[in-house]
Amino acid sequence: MAEPSILSVKGVETFYGAIQALHGVDLDVAKGEIVALIGANGAGKSTLLMTICGNPRARAGAIRLDGEDITALPTHEIVRRGVAQVPEGRRIFPRMSVLENLQMGATLAEPAHFTHDLERVFAMFPRLAERRDQRGGTLSGGEQQMLAIGRALMSRPRLLLLDEPSLGLAPLIVRQIFEVIGRIAREEGVTIFLVEQNAYHALRLADRGYVLANGRVRLSGGGRELLANAEVRAAYLEGGHG
Amino acid sequence: MGARLPSMLKDAGLTAFVAAALGIFIVGFRTVDVGRGLTFDYHLVDLAVAVVTIFFGRLGLSLAANGLRWPAMALGAAMIAAGVSPLQLPSGFLHWFVALGGVLLVIRGAWPWANDAMAAAAKSPSGVVLGQAGAKWSGWLLLAAAVAMPFTPFADQKTMDLGVLILTYVMLGWGLNIVVGLAGLLDLGYVAFYAVGAYSYALLSTQHGLGFWTVLPLAGMMAALFGVVLGFPVLRLRGDYLAIVTLGFGEIIRLVILNWFDLTNGPAGIGSIPGPTLFGAVFAETPPAGKQTVSDMLGIPFDGNHRLIFLYYIILVLALITNLFTQRMRRLPVGRAWEALREDETACRALGINPTNTKLTAFAVGAMFAGFAGSFFAAKQRFISPESFVFIESAIILAIVVLGGMGSQIGVVLAAVLLIGLPEWFRDLGSYRMLAFGLAMVLIMVFRPRGLVAHREPSLRLHPVKPGGSG
Repeated sequence: MAEPSILSVKGVETFYGAIQALHGVDLDVAKGEIVALIGANGAGKSTLLMTICGNPRARAGAIRLDGEDITALPTHEIVRRGVAQVPEGRRIFPRMSVLENLQMGATLAEPAHFTHDLERVFAMFPRLAERRDQRGGTLSGGEQQMLAIGRALMSRPRLLLLDEPSLGLAPLIVRQIFEVIGRIAREEGVTIFLVEQNAYHALRLADRGYVLANGRVRLSGGGRELLANAEVRAAYLEGGHG
Repeated sequence: MGARLPSMLKDAGLTAFVAAALGIFIVGFRTVDVGRGLTFDYHLVDLAVAVVTIFFGRLGLSLAANGLRWPAMALGAAMIAAGVSPLQLPSGFLHWFVALGGVLLVIRGAWPWANDAMAAAAKSPSGVVLGQAGAKWSGWLLLAAAVAMPFTPFADQKTMDLGVLILTYVMLGWGLNIVVGLAGLLDLGYVAFYAVGAYSYALLSTQHGLGFWTVLPLAGMMAALFGVVLGFPVLRLRGDYLAIVTLGFGEIIRLVILNWFDLTNGPAGIGSIPGPTLFGAVFAETPPAGKQTVSDMLGIPFDGNHRLIFLYYIILVLALITNLFTQRMRRLPVGRAWEALREDETACRALGINPTNTKLTAFAVGAMFAGFAGSFFAAKQRFISPESFVFIESAIILAIVVLGGMGSQIGVVLAAVLLIGLPEWFRDLGSYRMLAFGLAMVLIMVFRPRGLVAHREPSLRLHPVKPGGSG
């Protein structure tokens, strides 16, 4: 890691009531990287992503963004510091138009950038341009995912957090979405931290990856390296995604 | 279709039986005090007529539902004929009942045609243009009608009073629309802020001699403050839980007003509240000490109606301010955040919106307009007591917002005219007034389940898009 880390998670423990979901998780994301976090259902992947966003709060450990401790900040303050989130299940605004959804994404951005950023998102997702006056709830699953990513990009984030972008999408659409995520990192220089069940696609795209199991980091390494790892293959790839 | 007739008859018979079983206690007999004690007064003929009407009504509805529109409409026509015929029925209401049932049947029979025709008209090119023009101009037409109303020949005192009343509810509906329609926070205690506004003006004017125009902004601020006070404890609540707490808040305010005798004069209320003035001049036949009357100032003869016309325009302007403010807010970041919050709070957080501030502003702004309306109410009535601020008021205002179509401004106007106007026009029905009111509500929900105006206009467009095209 030549670049300094933009996100660093040290010894984070998160609880839901009395139940501990994360047991001292450490990980780092360097500037400009794509980092994937994979793991089975219930491993704590989404919990980690949500803890980074401050909801729920970490009970122990520290989360730093560019060296600043953000562990105790409320979500909207963390977002204000250049972290954008594509939440699990996309969570677009169903009764608002595509354009209004994107406008909501630009809440924290300079108003002067709006037109330019909108064109950028429309260039990346021409489907959204076609459907800009349609209500968000009437879009297909893939289009909604595009809208959720586009909405997150409207705030010009430094760090983009994606929670299961492939969830419930057809294989062809999944490939498109991952291709776009790669372009966002390469062309826009946005650092990406991605939580995925689809280990094959995620690790193929990622520079580095972490494997989470039962709330602990089990393995870490380069994306291709993990993809070739026998344990990873056995647990997350065999008989799974192709 | 003939094969279904026995089952339809059976169904209608069952409905009539249920109606008879229920009706025998409600309609069938009544206890009368004859001096020595109670005796029964029997109304079995009334009951029989009602049950027969219900039998044929149900039969007609089944016929219509099975595509037999003509028999259903014929049955409806027969019922109307029976209702308006000189036939001696035991009460005037039964004539109404039978005739209205017939009207409903005819409407039900003709409904599919009307629906098809409407759908076809909306799809045809001229229909689309007309629809867009209608949406654009209907608001202006309504406004023009509202402005011109006091100068039309039928603007007698009764009509003007009703106009003022409807406009007050339009304003309250628009205010609550910010909280419920835009921000999606179900508020069952909205009348509390109306009460705060009313008592602010009543107390400041009667005890400190402040005028209406001075107190109006103060009352708004006071109500907004109460909105924030309510907002804080309910920030984490959603849906049903929020509704319960706001309901409680409304009751708390009413009970405090009722029991804080030293300040509010308790159940006796506050009287002789001064009305609003026009550039310092009062609306009265003879001027009170040190004041000038409006008729003297303008050099016109005194007319009791002038005060009412003045009140009418005040509430019209106040309501319009509420509307313009809301329209403007929808285009500003905070207004957009309200709507986004209604859609998905988690997503809002993820986009950097502070849900606390967003909710509090919605509560405060909504409450502020209720405060304005409240002080207007106090100035108009000149007497207020806790009885004007009971839960049913909150329920009516909420019904206006929901029936109008959550978030729709023009829908609120239509619903206010229906819900406030109808019970007034139905006064002739006497004790059956609320029945007709309930029926109207049920009909709206059956035929327009998402409110009278369910369409939501986006607050942002890039450039006009041709209908059907992708632009």
